[in-house]
Amino acid sequence: MQAKLSVVALAVASVFALGACGPKEEPKPVAAAPAAAPAPAAQPEVLVKLGHVAPMTGPQAHLGKDNENGAKLAIDELNAQGLEIGGAKVKFELLAEDDQADPKQGTIVAQKLVDAKVNGVIGHLNSGTTIPASKLYADAGIPQISGSATNPKYTQQGFKTAFRVMANDVQQGKALGEFAAKQGMKTVAIIDDRTAYGQGLADEFKKGAEANGLTVVATEYTNDKATDFKAILTKIKSTKADLVFFGGMDAQGGPMAKQMADLGIKAKFLGGDGVCTPEFMKLGGPASEGHFCSLPGMPLDKLANGPAFKEKFVKKFNADIQLYSPYVYDAVMVMADAMKRANSVESAKFLPEIGKTNYDGVTARVTFDEFGDLKGGAISVYQYKAGTLEYVTTVGAPMDVVKAEVKEAVAEVKDAAQAVAGAATEAGKDAIKAGADAVKEAAEATKAAVEKK
Amino acid sequence: MNKWLNPRSAFGITLIAVALLALPFVAAMGGQAWVRILNFAILYVFLALGLNIVVGFAGLLDLGYIAFYAVGAYTYALLASPHFGLHWPFWVILPIGAVVACFFGVILGSPTLKLRGDYLAIVTLGFGEIVRIFMNNLNAPINITNGAQGITLIDPVAIGDFKFSNTSQILGISLSGPQKYYYLLLALVILVIIINLRLQNSRVGRAWQAIREDEIAAKAVGIDTRNLKLLAFAMGASFGGVAGGVFSAMQGFVSPESFSLIESIMILAMVVLGGMGHIPGVILGAVLLSILPEALRYGVGPIQMAIFGKMLVDPESLRMLIFGLALVLVMRFKPAGLWPSPERKRELQDAGARNG
Amino acid sequence: MDIFFQQIINGLVQGSIYALVALGYTMVYGIMGLINFAHGEVVMIGTLVTITVAGSLIKAGMPVILAGMAGLTASVLVCMALGWGLERIAYRPLRNAPRLTPLITAIGMSIVLQNVAMIIWGRNYLTFPPLLPKVAFEFGGVNFTLVQVIIVVVSALTMGGLLFLVYRTKLGMAMRATAQNPAVASLMGVNINRVIAAAFIIGSALGALAGIMVGSYYEIAHYQMGFMLGLKAFTAAVLGGIGNLAGAMLGGVLLGLIEALGAGYIGDLTGGFLGSHYQDIFAFIVLIVVLMFKPSGLFGEKTGDRA
Repeated sequence: MQAKLSVVALAVASVFALGACGPKEEPKPVAAAPAAAPAPAAQPEVLVKLGHVAPMTGPQAHLGKDNENGAKLAIDELNAQGLEIGGAKVKFELLAEDDQADPKQGTIVAQKLVDAKVNGVIGHLNSGTTIPASKLYADAGIPQISGSATNPKYTQQGFKTAFRVMANDVQQGKALGEFAAKQGMKTVAIIDDRTAYGQGLADEFKKGAEANGLTVVATEYTNDKATDFKAILTKIKSTKADLVFFGGMDAQGGPMAKQMADLGIKAKFLGGDGVCTPEFMKLGGPASEGHFCSLPGMPLDKLANGPAFKEKFVKKFNADIQLYSPYVYDAVMVMADAMKRANSVESAKFLPEIGKTNYDGVTARVTFDEFGDLKGGAISVYQYKAGTLEYVTTVGAPMDVVKAEVKEAVAEVKDAAQAVAGAATEAGKDAIKAGADAVKEAAEATKAAVEKK
Repeated sequence: MNKWLNPRSAFGITLIAVALLALPFVAAMGGQAWVRILNFAILYVFLALGLNIVVGFAGLLDLGYIAFYAVGAYTYALLASPHFGLHWPFWVILPIGAVVACFFGVILGSPTLKLRGDYLAIVTLGFGEIVRIFMNNLNAPINITNGAQGITLIDPVAIGDFKFSNTSQILGISLSGPQKYYYLLLALVILVIIINLRLQNSRVGRAWQAIREDEIAAKAVGIDTRNLKLLAFAMGASFGGVAGGVFSAMQGFVSPESFSLIESIMILAMVVLGGMGHIPGVILGAVLLSILPEALRYGVGPIQMAIFGKMLVDPESLRMLIFGLALVLVMRFKPAGLWPSPERKRELQDAGARNG
Repeated sequence: MDIFFQQIINGLVQGSIYALVALGYTMVYGIMGLINFAHGEVVMIGTLVTITVAGSLIKAGMPVILAGMAGLTASVLVCMALGWGLERIAYRPLRNAPRLTPLITAIGMSIVLQNVAMIIWGRNYLTFPPLLPKVAFEFGGVNFTLVQVIIVVVSALTMGGLLFLVYRTKLGMAMRATAQNPAVASLMGVNINRVIAAAFIIGSALGALAGIMVGSYYEIAHYQMGFMLGLKAFTAAVLGGIGNLAGAMLGGVLLGLIEALGAGYIGDLTGGFLGSHYQDIFAFIVLIVVLMFKPSGLFGEKTGDRA
C-alpha cells in the first residue's frame, strides 16, 4: 500500500521536479481539464491555489470546520464571478489542511503548502500554530492572511507576508477594559486558560482594566481541557468581584458560567471572541443569560453586507456561523482583491498590494498598518439574551486612529485630484476616468471613516 | 572485528550508507514536506533510542520522557533567541542542553529509585506534567519561559555564515534547509546508535540487563543498583536533551504544547512496538510510528474517493483510527514487538510453553 | 469560613467522581495487575450513550425518570459489552506477553475508542439532558446541589457494594484467589477467564455509572473527556494503593480535596508566587511525596514486583 503510494508520489513529484529545477520558477498556469467543459479554447485559465489551515480534529474542530466553510464560500463565489486577472480566467482552488492546533503539525502542513506552491495562505486558526508557520511562509514569500490568530506576536516578527483581518489581543483587551469601566464595574477577577490566546488576551485586558481605574482582585488560571472550575470560582466568590473576565474558549467558558451560577456568584461574566459563540450558550444554558462577550469588528447585521453573508452561509452549509468564518471569508476576498489590483496571481507581485488594501469586507473596511495588523479594529460587545447574542455597543477604534484615517482619506482625495489634473494635461481619456474613480473611492473612504467616528 | 571487514557486510554497509545519503533527495521529489517528515522521524529515532536505555535496557517504565526533550528544547531556545538576547552557537548549547537534561534525569531518578512497575510509571508521568506546567507558567513573576506564548525567532543551527535554515548551493547541488537538518540529524543519530551499541555490550549494559530481569538477584551479586538506575535515567535524559535542542533550532519556535503527555506515550509506543531493548527494532518502531500517520494523512482521503466515490468518513478521524488499530493488532500478534531481540524472543517462547 | 467549607464540598464532589472512576481501574488492576488505560474512554462512551438514548427519549415525550432509567440501562449494557470486548480482543491474548505490551494495546484501544466516538457523535461538545432534578441548597453561605449529594452517595455506595462483592460472595473469593495466584486458582477449579471477564464487565459497568454522574454534574460531554479524567482517576488509585478498593475511594477523595484546597489557597500561602495554574501538579507532588515514604501507596499491600 505504502509502496504504491510512494510510487504515485514519486511520479507526481518527478513531473514537478522537471519543471522546478531552476530556482523559484514562477507558478505555471495549469490548464484545467478541457474535456468536460466546452470552454472557449482561446481563453486561457489560471489555477490559483490557496492554502487553508485550521484544526479539523480535536476540541476546536468545530471552529476549524467553520473557518473552512468561510473560505469555501468565498472561493465558490470568486469562481462563480469568473474573474479575469492578467488576461486569463482565474480558477481558485482551496487546499485545506489540518494542523490539529499543534505547532509541530502546523509547520509540517505549512511546508506541505509551500511545496504545493500555493499562491497564498488563509489561516491558521490558532495563534500557537500561526506563529511558527508564518516563518515558513515568509521564507517562501507566500502571503498569509489569518482571520482568527489574534496574538500580537504574529505580526510583530517583522515578516512582510503576515497579515490579519481581525483586531489583535492588544486592541481587544484595551477596548474591553474601557467597556468594563463604562459599565460601572469597580473590581474584576481575571481567569485565563494558559493558552497563547487566553493568556495574551487576559494580560491585555488586565492592562486595559487597570488603565481605566478598575482593581484586579484575583488572577486565577485553568486550562483548555478543564471541566471543573469550582475551586477557582469559590476563591473569586470570596473577593466579591463585580466582574469575572475569562480569556479562553467557549468549551470552558460555558460550563464556567454555569458553575458561577451554581455557586451563587452574582458577578457578570465577560469574555473575548473565543466565547462569543452559539456553542457558549448551548453549554452554559440559562446560566449564560445576561453575560457579556466581545467580537472584533461590527455585528454582522449592522454591516451592509452582513445579513446577506449570513443567509448565503446558512443556505450553503446548513450550519450556523460559529465564529470566525466571516473573517476568513474576508481574508480570501482581500487576497483576491490584491491579485486583481496587481493584475497578477504571483505571490511576489500581489504581495505588496495586500499592504495597500482598502477593501470593504463583510466584517470591516480592511486596511492594514505597517505590521500587517487591521487598522483601527473596532470591538463590539454583545450580551447573551434568550439564546441569542444581542449587540450592546461598539468600543475601540480610538479617536486618534479614526482621525488618522480621515486625514489619510483626505490626503488620498488630494492625491487623486492631482492625478486627475496630471492625467488631464496628458489628455488620456482612460486615465481621466481612472483618476475620477480613484477620487470617488477615496471620498467614500473618507465618508466611511467619518461615519465610524 | 572480523565481520566488519567481511566484504559482504562492507557492501551492505555501503549500500545502506548510500541509501541514507540519497534519501533526502528522493523524498524532496515528493516535496520538502516529506523531508521534514523524515527529519521528525529521525528525531523520534533519537528519542526512542534514548528512552530505550531507560525502558529497554534497565527495565524502568518511564512515562515522562518528553520532559527531558522539553528541557533540551527550552535550553536551546533561551540561549539562542531574542528572548534573553543571547545567541550562542549550537555546539555550545547542545552539550549544555544534554547536561541540563541529565541533571533533570537525576532529579527524577533519585526519589523514584524505590518504586517499581506501575508506581514508577505514574510518578514519571507526573514528573513530565510538572515540567510542562512549569514551562507553561514561568512567565510570571519573572518571565523565564514566556509561558504559553512560547519562544519565537530561535536561531537556526549555523556554522559561521552557513545557516541551516535556508537553501544554499554546495558543489553545484542545491540543498534546502530541511535537507541540511537531515544530514545533521543523521550524523547525530549514528553517534547515538554507536553509543547505544557500545553500552549494550558493556559491563554497564549487562548490569542493566541484570536489574531488568531481577533486581533483587542483581543486588545480591554485588551490582550497585542505585547508581546504575540513576545512570540509566541520566543517559536517557541527556539524549532527550540533545534531541530537544535540535527540535528547537529546526522549528524556530517552542511552546509547551509540543511537550504533552501524549508525546511521551507515543515514544514509549515506538520502543515497545519495535521491540524493547533491541536497537534495530526500536529504530524500526520509531520510523514506522512517525511516518505511518503522515502516510495515512496523504492516503486515506484519495483511497476513499477512489473506492466509494465520496468521503464516507472524514480522513482525519480515520487516520487516527487506523493508527490505533495498528497498535492493537501488532501487539496482538507480535507481543514482543515487530523486531525483538533474539534472546527476548526465545524467552517469550519459553514462557509461552511453560504457561500454555 | 464559608469559603473554606465551599472548597471542601468542591473537593469532595470532584474527589467522589475520581473515586468512582478509580474503582474501575483498581478492580481490573487488583486481579490482573494491568492498567486498563482505556477505562477513561469507557466512561466517555457511557456518558455519550446516555445522551443519545435519554436525550432522544425525552425529546419523544417520555417522562424524564423513565428516559433516565432507559439511558442508564442502555449505557451500562453498552459499557459492559465494551469491557467484555476489550478484554477479549486486547488483553486476553496478551496475558503471557511482556508486561508493557498490554499497556500499548490499551493505549491503542483508547485512541480507537476516541475516534469511533468522534465519528459517531461528532466533534462538538454535547449537552447532557437534565436527568436529575436541579435542586440547589444554601447553608450558611455554602452552596451545593442535589446532584452533588447524589454523586457522593453513589460513589460511597458503589465502594460498599464492591467490598461486599469481593469479600462476601463466591465470585469475590474466586477474584481474590485469581489475584493471588492464577495458576493455583485454576487448579482449585476457578475458571480464570470467566473471573477476569467478570472483573472487566463490572469495572465497565461502574464506568458507565461514573459517566452518567460526570455528565449530570458538568452537563457537558465530549469525545475527549475520558482521557484526562482517566489519568486523574488513575493517579488517585495509585495514591490510595492500586488494587485496594477502599484505597481507591480514599485516594480519589484526597486528590479532589488537594486540588480544590490547593487551587483555593496556594496563592495566599506563597504570597502569589504559585497560583491556581499549578492546580494540576499538586496532585502529582503529593503523589511523589507519598510514594517516597510508602512505595505502594497509602493502603497498598507490600507485594513483590510483578514485572
